[in-house]
Amino acid sequence: MTTDQEPLISIRGLTVSYSSGRGLIGKRHTVKAVDGVSLDIAEGETLGLVGESGCGKSTLGRAVLRLTEPTGGEVLFRGRNLAELSNSAMRAERKGLQMIFQDPYGSLNPRMTVRQIIEEPIRAFRLAGCSDIGARVRELLETVGLASGHLDRYPSEFSGGQRQRIGIARALAVEPEFIVADEPISALDVSIQAQIINLLKRLQAEKGLTYLFISHDLRAVRHVADRAAVMYLGRIVEIASGREVYSDPLMPYTKALISAVPLPDPNAEARRQRIVLKGDLPSPIDPPTGCPFHTRCPYAINDCRYVVPQLVEIKPKHHAACIRINPENPDIDTNAKAESGATSIFEHGSSGSNGSIRIDPSKSA
Amino acid sequence: MDGPILSVNDLKTTFQTANGIVRVVDGVSYALRRGETLGIVGESGSGKSAASLSLMRLVPEPGLIEGSITFDGTDLLSLSASEMRKIRGRRMAMIFQDPTASLNPYLKVSTQLTEITRLHRGYGRVEARSHAVEMLRTVGIPDPERRIDDHPHEFSGGMRQRVMIAMALSCGPELLIADEPTTALDVTIQAQVLDLIRELKERSGTSVILVTHDLGVVAGMADNVIVMYAGRVFEQASTRDLFARAANPYSIGLLKSMPDPAREISGPLYQIPGLPPDAANLPIGCPFAERCYRAEEICRREAPPFIEVAPEHYSLCHFAADVYAGHTPAPEFGL
Ligand SMILES: Nc1ncnc2c1ncn2[C@@H]1O[C@H](COP(=O)(O)OP(=O)(O)O)[C@@H](O)[C@H]1O
Ligand SMILES: Nc1ncnc2c1ncn2[C@@H]1O[C@H](COP(=O)(O)OP(=O)(O)O)[C@@H](O)[C@H]1O
Ligand code: SF4
Ligand SMILES: [Mg+2]
Ligand SMILES: [Mg+2]
Repeated sequence: MTTDQEPLISIRGLTVSYSSGRGLIGKRHTVKAVDGVSLDIAEGETLGLVGESGCGKSTLGRAVLRLTEPTGGEVLFRGRNLAELSNSAMRAERKGLQMIFQDPYGSLNPRMTVRQIIEEPIRAFRLAGCSDIGARVRELLETVGLASGHLDRYPSEFSGGQRQRIGIARALAVEPEFIVADEPISALDVSIQAQIINLLKRLQAEKGLTYLFISHDLRAVRHVADRAAVMYLGRIVEIASGREVYSDPLMPYTKALISAVPLPDPNAEARRQRIVLKGDLPSPIDPPTGCPFHTRCPYAINDCRYVVPQLVEIKPKHHAACIRINPENPDIDTNAKAESGATSIFEHGSSGSNGSIRIDPSKSA
Repeated sequence: MDGPILSVNDLKTTFQTANGIVRVVDGVSYALRRGETLGIVGESGSGKSAASLSLMRLVPEPGLIEGSITFDGTDLLSLSASEMRKIRGRRMAMIFQDPTASLNPYLKVSTQLTEITRLHRGYGRVEARSHAVEMLRTVGIPDPERRIDDHPHEFSGGMRQRVMIAMALSCGPELLIADEPTTALDVTIQAQVLDLIRELKERSGTSVILVTHDLGVVAGMADNVIVMYAGRVFEQASTRDLFARAANPYSIGLLKSMPDPAREISGPLYQIPGLPPDAANLPIGCPFAERCYRAEEICRREAPPFIEVAPEHYSLCHFAADVYAGHTPAPEFGL
């Protein structure tokens, strides 16, 4: 993985809004599930995407593949804008772009045998002649560690981990370059998670695959991902190498996420300092103004309610979006102590209707 | 008051399944001291839920519970159904992974919460309601006076879990059985719920059985651990001993397959190969033999013994002492 070459996937200012009819007074509401996300993914890289349920991870993953239509921004695949492709061109392109789902139960047609499930995309894209197709299916099954004796069985006859292998075989059938893996291990036992992670990593090494690996489990992302992006209410709030996000997080939100990860070590558990976040993720129908995290942030100051923080490179290749840290003072703890007692540290730009200030998130990172 | 709050002896539970009557718990024994937390871990299908439901005598007919379960000196298996109902919900309570298992979607939370205390504690309407509001406040539901009249679906997943915990705790049970209470939740919400259970323990000395497939959760919560596989106890130890020096190849596999974010891992994760066996078709010998790095011929022939490798530290394995001594370390990445 090199960073100088053109990224395989380039996401620029991607926004996805859903309109939902449910509201207090029956008003139409818009939910900005993804809010101006910009990310590059290099060829052969695994980019991890973490965040709590409802923060927009699946929507982002689906929008990158145009399984969900973005409302703004663009996605470039090898420099080509996917949104400008016709439907038929997109269909051809889709071959290179595949998805693996969290729910190995819901994502496989229960009335199809394993053979039919894997054959379907091969036939749809005419990737093998009739005589070769059986051999190809068997080869795929073997690649993901299933026996060919399983071919004529139905999904209900398999365990969760085996179903996930079937889903992976189906995604691999079209020889994709890029796979969005949406919580592929979340529904599995820890022991089976290790099997699936190892399988995904082996396939990547063998086939040069590029992954967007979505998970709410930082332990897995830390291990699987070259770089990890942390998402909160539709935005990327921190991004760095998987190791650095875990061992040297800058954002208060990331710190809280990490401190919630159970450690497989009773001594470490007994010693550790926990930052327990209060409450749930706020509703994206009515997101907080300013920093989306300010309602739960232990470091929030008044300005956090008004200023939308930008994703800034705080350390080399380590970006974070928090007004209380900057490249000169990257440690929020130190800053909080130094600034205690200080009032506004920010000059207001323009004021909004309710007196709050919103600054447009410009494209960054 | 000094005896254990719960002691389970040679518990055997059978379920009616599609494959006939199947024994899904096979000879589980343990004692739980007052105020203690016991973790029960193992992969899906190992019988953790069946063992927990047996304690509450919630095994569907024609399933059978054998052995003995002594709760605060009372033999639960000899109680009549109505005597058991008096204990269940009042002195022993259970929470589940899926809150819909104990919350009725059609009834307001207030109705469900007040019903229990009116039944078990003889509270009047007003008293029951103010107690219910207090319980919701205790478990961290904001604005409980207003939220109490909502229906379960009006709460988020984490909040619904709290409502269920409030319900389980409303009669001040001496024993709380929590069956994967956080498995479906985000880590942040999981941390909140586990914190809540810790707090309750500290405040009211409740004894807890915590069922989970996540050894990380056990490490932070449990005093002692039982590792279950194929309905049997494969290892039993204090949490500290288990993590410091496991004596069973299965436990070692579970421990090693978990990525420890505090450590740098290059290369693949350790993996236990294969899948747990079907409870209806257990092999003779050790049920783990097919997946085990230590297995020898005897493992496929004879059921392994339950060996005390150190005081209060047991392992079900033909080579328990050898594994405990670290003579045959697990291969680096598993089989
Ligand atoms: N099809 C949809 N219609 C309306 N809202 C949706 C839809 N899909 C997701 N959402 C909302 O968008 C937000 C992000 O959801 P999602 O992308 O599924 O998050 P995640 O995968 O991180 O859990 C949530 O508030 C969710 O309720
Ligand atoms: N209601 C049930 N009826 C029949 N068999 C069941 C039932 N629940 C569980 N089983 C079987 O009993 C065994 C133990 O299951 P369970 O106690 O749920 O395991 P765990 O909680 O460890 O995942 C499994 O083989 C499972 O298939
Ligand atoms: S008895 Fe044999 S197969 Fe079973 S855990 Fe011990 S070594 Fe492995
Ligand atoms: Mg999702
Ligand atoms: Mg269970």
